[in-house]
Amino acid sequence: MKAPWLRGFTFLYLLFLYSPILLLPIFAFNASKVVSFPLSGFTTDWFVEMWNDQNLRIAAKNSLIIALSVATLSTILGIFAARASVRYRFPGKAPIMGLIMLPLVLPEMIVAMSLLVVLLSIGVNLSLLTVIMGQVLICTPFAVAILTSAFQSLDRSLEEAAMDLGETQWSTFRLIILPLVMPGILASFLICFTISFDEFIIANFLGSGQPILSVYIFGQFRFPAKVPSMLALGTVLVCFSIILLGFAEYMRRRGIAKAGGKDTGGFL
Amino acid sequence: MATTPRSEARAGLKLISPTAIYVILLLALPLATVLIYSVMTGGRGNVSLPLTFDNYAELWSKPVYGYILLKSLLVALTVTFITVVLAYPVAYFVSFHVKPDRKSLWLFLITIPFWTSYIIRVSLWFVILGYDGLLDKTLMSLGIMDSQLNFSSYGIPAIIFVLAHAYAPFAVLPIFVSLEKVDRSLLEAGQDLGESRWVTFLRVTLPLSMPGVIAAALIVFIPTVGDYVTPKLVGDGREPMIANFIETALLKLRNYPQGSAFAVVSMLMVGIVSVVFVLLNRRFIGGSK
Repeated sequence: MKAPWLRGFTFLYLLFLYSPILLLPIFAFNASKVVSFPLSGFTTDWFVEMWNDQNLRIAAKNSLIIALSVATLSTILGIFAARASVRYRFPGKAPIMGLIMLPLVLPEMIVAMSLLVVLLSIGVNLSLLTVIMGQVLICTPFAVAILTSAFQSLDRSLEEAAMDLGETQWSTFRLIILPLVMPGILASFLICFTISFDEFIIANFLGSGQPILSVYIFGQFRFPAKVPSMLALGTVLVCFSIILLGFAEYMRRRGIAKAGGKDTGGFL
Repeated sequence: MATTPRSEARAGLKLISPTAIYVILLLALPLATVLIYSVMTGGRGNVSLPLTFDNYAELWSKPVYGYILLKSLLVALTVTFITVVLAYPVAYFVSFHVKPDRKSLWLFLITIPFWTSYIIRVSLWFVILGYDGLLDKTLMSLGIMDSQLNFSSYGIPAIIFVLAHAYAPFAVLPIFVSLEKVDRSLLEAGQDLGESRWVTFLRVTLPLSMPGVIAAALIVFIPTVGDYVTPKLVGDGREPMIANFIETALLKLRNYPQGSAFAVVSMLMVGIVSVVFVLLNRRFIGGSK
């Protein structure tokens, strides 16, 4: 059955979703400081300007440090929580899991501000470390969600078979469970990395003016002269996240196929 | 090797303890601190006893607080309504009119913009809609407008527009998931019994997909009501929302008790709206028998 209206609407919707992103490459290669049609010619100057921007390099380096740390920590904390909630029944499970998942339903500003108030009142200096501490709170629920479905698709009898054959609990985990949930772990790592890399509120308020990429971008867009090189940066970042997400999606599907499950689609 | 409930409980608690301790220290404790601060007395950058409800009384008596809460609520609800209404046909299309093996690809296409830098997307709207921006230049060079429209300065409508774009992909997935669960034989039954396709949709598909619609509404509502970047960038920052106001109270005025009380009331408001959504969902699940 054809549905021309629905199809047309969906295409318009996708166009609406993508429209600002499509402008990125168009104006990143446009030989004019001013963002306007008609285009004035092809240039790679803005990419050169972006490459030579020393502050941008520091910000990018800081963001990488933060995102790698956050992705690692959140995934590790996520493994503990997801494994415990899938495998065991224990008292206080519902409130503990609720607290872990709470940042999903709490405005991020409130998470950031309550942490900031406490850090300031006990005299902790704001640094990249405090940004990492805050962002791990935001990313862990995503890690738990992804890893829970990875652990759920595990066949319990595999684990029991390994234990019957004389493996210890730890060696079973390392030899049987870990390889099977590895795609889930990688997907969780990549998604936490992406969320942290894009995150603004915590980076801004818990970073005390340290150059961090999202904060730096936000500041630069206010200066019209800086906009073209920011568009160049945006083009590079969009390409990176598409590659990363394509990879994450690939790993996720491979994981489901490995565990013999059926694809139910989507990251969320 | 069957584990007794007690040893299972111990193993579970031990396993979850690193994560649990982390969130208790860095999330539960700070939230509790905000709650306590909100009933303390204080001025610039300090808090002291006695405990008092004056901070809440001030929130009640000064119209500016109510205005910001109400404005944030209305903006977020409007954005939620727009995104859900726009997302439904898209989710319906992917669920009912796309071949099963192509569905993942469509969902992937829809979610990509959500995973690309939020800051860049919002800033791009600023470049497009701002004073003498791309929209103004294009309209003027085409001769449609004589002077700058400067849509970005329109405040609330501009904020709603940008937020509706930023959170659009959030709404598609939950609706899609609930549409996938709709038993296709029910639709055939409806049409066999002489209902038109439209009536079948209204009486079968729509009610059955309502849980997804409400989940989508919740997923869009929570981040939009607390959005910080868009009100700051779009609308020339003249229309602060909850997050901007919390920043002003806590960091600029450094009035911890007052800012905390405002944060607590905002959390309550978000909580109440979320509970209403969840109750609505219950009604639909109960109503479909």
